[in-house]
Amino acid sequence: MIKTRFLSNLLLSFIWLAITGTFTFQNFVFGFLLSFILMWLITTNRREEKYYSRGPKLIGFVFFFLYELVKANLQVAYDVITPSYYMEPGIIRIPLTAKTNLEITLLANLITLTPGTLSLDVSDDRKVLYVHAMYVKDKEEFIASIKNGFERKLLEILR
Amino acid sequence: MNEIIIFILSTAGAVFILLAAIGVVRMPDLFLRISVTTKAATLGIGLILVAAAVYFQDTAITSRVLAIILFMLLTAPVGAHMIGRASYFTGVKMWIKSRHDDLKGKYDPKTHKLSSEDTPKKIPKT
Repeated sequence: MIKTRFLSNLLLSFIWLAITGTFTFQNFVFGFLLSFILMWLITTNRREEKYYSRGPKLIGFVFFFLYELVKANLQVAYDVITPSYYMEPGIIRIPLTAKTNLEITLLANLITLTPGTLSLDVSDDRKVLYVHAMYVKDKEEFIASIKNGFERKLLEILR
Repeated sequence: MNEIIIFILSTAGAVFILLAAIGVVRMPDLFLRISVTTKAATLGIGLILVAAAVYFQDTAITSRVLAIILFMLLTAPVGAHMIGRASYFTGVKMWIKSRHDDLKGKYDPKTHKLSSEDTPKKIPKT
């Protein structure tokens, strides 16, 4: 269902481009947003259509990820330039809720991309992800922060 | 206005790359070095590329910048993950002040199987 929704959204925005006659990227984005809102307006059972909640969530996730990236980078940078170490590194075992290949790959990639954490391996039965982290004040707290932050948000988008 | 944006972005990018370079020298073990370098370098290169896109303000260059950033975000973690994994399993020691090591004893070098059982082991603080 999501693919057909997305394709009709694209079709509507190309129609908008053809009608307005200005083939610029800005106009395409505007047409896409306009047709998104129009399609949202004419849908009868909005709660069952995931396409409309997923788009805004994806944008929100991108900003959440950028925020985490900059925050963690600053924390690591502070540790690099000051003489004493504040690190408490360790390898942590994180139980996975994600099941499919795509979900686990994306989650491991995202964890590796934030500084201070590095995903080392996934167990053979895909139940556990081993992560090397720089700042482990409390083990349970760290696991909860990964599970409630990246994993929950990622699964909300993918499922 | 554009000059200020370019100035801020490119300076921040260069600073992050510099910090990554200092991190390589200062960090005590391999895992921390990987953690510091790959990501700080990714963010730094990304910021410099965005600064280039703002400078040229050209669709062809902007789309190329977006493509480069996308592929960097896809490939950099895979490289870091493979280096980290291989070096742990070939027996690279962790920093002496490391607190937890949940991966200890989980890997079977004969069969290359990695188990997922929960047997918490704490490295005694020295």
